[in-house]
Amino acid sequence: MAFRSSTRWRFRQPSVIPGFGLALGVTLAWLTLIVLIPLSGLIWRSTGLGWSNFMALVLDERTVNALTISFGTAFIAAVVNLFFGVILAWVLVRYRFPGKRVIDAMVDLPFALPTAVAGIALTALYAPNGWIGSLLEPLGIKIAFTPAGIVVALVFVGLPFVVRTVQPVMEEIDKEVEEAAATLGASRFQTISRVLLPGLLPAGLTGFALAFARGVGEYGSVIFIAGNLPYVSEIAPLLIIIRLEEFNYPAATAIATVMLFLSFIMLLVINSIQAWSRRRYSNGA
Amino acid sequence: MRSNRLAGMMKLALVVGSLQLGSIGVAAADTTILNVSYDPTRELYKDFNAAFAEKWKADTGETVTIQTSHGGSGKQARSVIDGLEADVVTLALEADIDAIAQATGKIPADWKTRLENNSAPYTSTIVFLVRKGNPKGVKDWGDLTKEGIQVITPNPKTSGGARWNFLAAWAWARAANNGDDGKAQEYVTQLFKHVPVLDTGARGATTTFVQRGLGDVLLAWENEAYLSLEELGPDNFEIVTPSTSIKAEPPVALVDGNVDAKGTRKVAEAYLNYLYSDAGQKLAAKHYYRPFKPELADPKDTARFADVKLVTIDEFGGWKEAQPKFFADGGIFDQIYKPGQ
Repeated sequence: MAFRSSTRWRFRQPSVIPGFGLALGVTLAWLTLIVLIPLSGLIWRSTGLGWSNFMALVLDERTVNALTISFGTAFIAAVVNLFFGVILAWVLVRYRFPGKRVIDAMVDLPFALPTAVAGIALTALYAPNGWIGSLLEPLGIKIAFTPAGIVVALVFVGLPFVVRTVQPVMEEIDKEVEEAAATLGASRFQTISRVLLPGLLPAGLTGFALAFARGVGEYGSVIFIAGNLPYVSEIAPLLIIIRLEEFNYPAATAIATVMLFLSFIMLLVINSIQAWSRRRYSNGA
Repeated sequence: MRSNRLAGMMKLALVVGSLQLGSIGVAAADTTILNVSYDPTRELYKDFNAAFAEKWKADTGETVTIQTSHGGSGKQARSVIDGLEADVVTLALEADIDAIAQATGKIPADWKTRLENNSAPYTSTIVFLVRKGNPKGVKDWGDLTKEGIQVITPNPKTSGGARWNFLAAWAWARAANNGDDGKAQEYVTQLFKHVPVLDTGARGATTTFVQRGLGDVLLAWENEAYLSLEELGPDNFEIVTPSTSIKAEPPVALVDGNVDAKGTRKVAEAYLNYLYSDAGQKLAAKHYYRPFKPELADPKDTARFADVKLVTIDEFGGWKEAQPKFFADGGIFDQIYKPGQ
């Protein structure tokens, strides 16, 4: 194979398993077809706008507001999911109790349920005359038809991400590590905060990023519970739909492109933090 | 197990495939036509399609299957623009059919003149649905901006019905203020301050009002309001017809480009004409639409409609003028929601 050894550009053989070329080919072709072509179509359409036009559409007060609401509520929901997701995963990994399998399966339900159904169900619960809403109403707390309702919906649809990314990593942690910490005189809090959590950080951040990304793009469940008032509880995906209803395709693509860009930046940042924490905390595995 | 699943998937593929073929109209003996409609016409067209299929069979001996697609009017128009092969469109707004005509050229620009009554075989209007006993004493549009009243209406940006709501309110306020458009805008601005939720469609708004118990008044299509009473029981709600409202004319049109490609022009034309026949007019009235020719309908049905002064869209210069002025990006509806107002 003279050709192979002569070129400097060949890929380093990454594995002893054959078929790398074919596998990479399929991967790239598939990604191009499913992800790259549709998304570049979107960006291509928005470039037809011209820069100043594009910026005017993007910096429109209402667009900025909708983007803030979408990213803000998705962030809050992802934080909530990170916190409770880790606890849920902990319980599912560390304890044995009756009905554990059922609860484990329940975690995935938000994946399976059509989001519109979830939205309608949540609205029914949190509306002023709903089971939960009617309890909160006398306290002056309004969930449905406010931004808080959006957070509730996004917490629901994002729940499985953190649990499912943290769970396998948690299963890998040996109990001995905790025992060692205890024998060395660590308090329980120190064991958790300095021994266990750092190891879970990369997985937790992955789950956070996934839940966050999902929340930013979520439409179906949110429009039922949000109230959809401009400048108050109007999410960016709804604004895209509104622009489409106006047959204003340029504005719709502009908003979509910004969402795409912001999401990509966020995921990139989170990925690098994750890579950093993996280097920092993992034992080189 | 595995082969079972495979068989199931193949069956599914076949069904999907045949649906596709059906809508393209390959099967010649069994003609299928597609009516792309908006949300609240579900019940009407279910009855009407059955009646028409029977009539067509009796007249020609041919079997015709009518598929109906329902959804928000604007969204439906966009589907047709994007290639959904509708034979006829029966939408909530003239502007939506205009958009199809402009974007695709599949409908001639003068479509509105091709059928009687501006191509609107039935009309409707906007009424108030209130809770039983009318606890807040809502009688007319002026009451809606009183302290403590909550009004439910969908978003005019995403709902055709909501645009009629908006214009009905405007028409009343303008008439009440001797034709002053500035006063009308003030009134409508106030009105939307009393709207706590903007649903994306008429059915969603009805759900918010009826199921979630939110709001004191629902601005609704007359036919939707009666349907709510029928479905949900007259014990809980009642209808208040305001002094002035708008004559909503949901138009119908043949999609020439599609019927000629599919060879379904004859049946699609007959379908639309049948809406104007006594059977069509009867069914419209039965489903609480105001028939274009009330004399053809059952007097029992038409007697249910309360008297109301109906303003037409022509007073707004037609949809070609009203649509951009009120509902386009930056239009009057957007100005209402500008912060700091």
